[in-house]
Amino acid sequence: MMDEGQLSRGTKVWWWVAGIVILVYALFPVAWIVSLSFKTPSDLGTGQFLPTDWVGDNYDNILRGDAQDLFLSSLRNSVGISLIATFISVVLAMFAAYAIARLDFPGKRLILTTALAVAIFPVISIVTPLFNLWRNIGLYDTWPGLIIPYLSLTLPISIWTMSAFFRQIPWELEQAAQVDGATTWQAFRKVIVPLATPGVFTTAIISFFIAWNDFIYGISLTSTEAARPVPAALAFFTGASQFEEPTGAIAAAAVVVTIPVVILVLLFQRRIVSGLTQGAVKG
Amino acid sequence: MSVTETSGDTGRAADDGGKGAISDRARAERRLGWWLAGPAFVVMLLVTAYPILQAFYESLFRYRLTDPGAREFTWLNNYVVVLGDPIWWRAVGVTVLITVVTVLIELVLGFALALVMHRALKSLRPILRTVILIPYAIITVVSAFAWFYAFNIGSGFVNAWFDWVPGISADTNWFGEFGTSVTVIIASEIWKTTPFISLLLLAGLAQVPEDLQEAAKVDGATWWQRLYKVTVPNMKAAIMVALLFRTLDAFRIFDNVFIMTQGANNTEVVSFLAYRQTISRLEIGLGSAVSVLLFLCVVLISFLFIKLFKVDLASARGER
Repeated sequence: MMDEGQLSRGTKVWWWVAGIVILVYALFPVAWIVSLSFKTPSDLGTGQFLPTDWVGDNYDNILRGDAQDLFLSSLRNSVGISLIATFISVVLAMFAAYAIARLDFPGKRLILTTALAVAIFPVISIVTPLFNLWRNIGLYDTWPGLIIPYLSLTLPISIWTMSAFFRQIPWELEQAAQVDGATTWQAFRKVIVPLATPGVFTTAIISFFIAWNDFIYGISLTSTEAARPVPAALAFFTGASQFEEPTGAIAAAAVVVTIPVVILVLLFQRRIVSGLTQGAVKG
Repeated sequence: MSVTETSGDTGRAADDGGKGAISDRARAERRLGWWLAGPAFVVMLLVTAYPILQAFYESLFRYRLTDPGAREFTWLNNYVVVLGDPIWWRAVGVTVLITVVTVLIELVLGFALALVMHRALKSLRPILRTVILIPYAIITVVSAFAWFYAFNIGSGFVNAWFDWVPGISADTNWFGEFGTSVTVIIASEIWKTTPFISLLLLAGLAQVPEDLQEAAKVDGATWWQRLYKVTVPNMKAAIMVALLFRTLDAFRIFDNVFIMTQGANNTEVVSFLAYRQTISRLEIGLGSAVSVLLFLCVVLISFLFIKLFKVDLASARGER
């Protein structure tokens, strides 16, 4: 909006100050947990922000040492379960969003309203009955036992976000391509698919974030390394020995699971922002 | 030539059908619509409507998993027990306190963030919009640990950095009493979720007509006047949607409390109470009753927002 050349030096300085405040705000706790992950146990109580010596022992502990069973299995569970839940909800939502954006049928509003109602549903209210049911039918502490309830988190947002994206696709182009001699399939594949892909992709990222973030289902519906995801495993971490606080190991594990999130954010910042806001505000 | 045009017209007329008799084509479209959207709709109902009905059913029994033989139908007795217990009301009080404080602070802070991002220098804007996503995308449990370790006596730096502030010393135990524990819980919640609210508000800001701003400027309105009289009224829908989503989200707070205090010092929130009854104490009946009550609270909040504040989600989404 503003042309930088026209601004006085003083105004410019203020914008930089405001920008730096936001940078510090967003990154400070992240910097802290990174710093913590490189501290030795004896360095924890010093009250210093940065470690006295930067050591990688905590990473060694969770990736190769005593805590690796707990951490690596939970990492596998988290990645697998979140990806499958994301994939299922994106596929289901893709068909639903196509219908909502493109077809005229009664119940469109009903579907969107239901998605909204599911999105605001308190997770713990689902956990209580599922806990009992899953134990009876053998889904307790299994991957499907988490994937199914994860759909309650990922599906509504997928439907909202994707139908918002699909509404903006100029569908007339499909007919135009057909007039120009393309077959229905060609028109769909060459014209519509490339236009729809960014929306699908953005939805998948947002949906993955939500599944990756889950904690309540993770601690309530699992009991062992068979299915426990990372956030739940973090809460059950133990130190290198029984008498040691697991602080360093938790910090290191926290950093490891934050890396993929940061990479996704850096790569797809623009899309994530438009996905988040379109689903909720514009549509 | 004229023949093709006529047939084209009839085709269009059939498309528009639905006022009178439904044409075959419209019927086929309806069927296709439900075939495509149906699976997603059914799955959503299965993973929420079914559990809440099951929870309601189980809440009518006195039922503890460790003693299945003693399961007994007791009508609404569990609700009487829960609603008659100060523990429930305290949890509701704490949850409301956390919700109100976080949402109000987030609204102001998020609005400020949105204003800066909206007007920031071109070179800064993409950087700001990227870093602001990091708190949003980070795992809540990770953020809770970061804040916990920052304040915790054995590992933190906060006491050492701020020992010049009256009331904070090297051995201030932030997690030793209610006020300070809740403060840290609220701070971590605000840090993590303000970016979301600010992005929603940023989208709202983008919809405020620029010429209105200019006109107000020409008329000599101050920055504050423009904010109050032009900007805010024009993005009321975005503000209300952001408020509704964040209020409901904050009311379900669980992760931070679990990591930081486990409900100690009276910091138990409603979600945590339900968790403790069901998962820790295996009191399925009581836990279900708390779950159903929490669900009703969420419904009530949504209802109040929609009725009192006239949040119209359809118009907010530009469907009008």
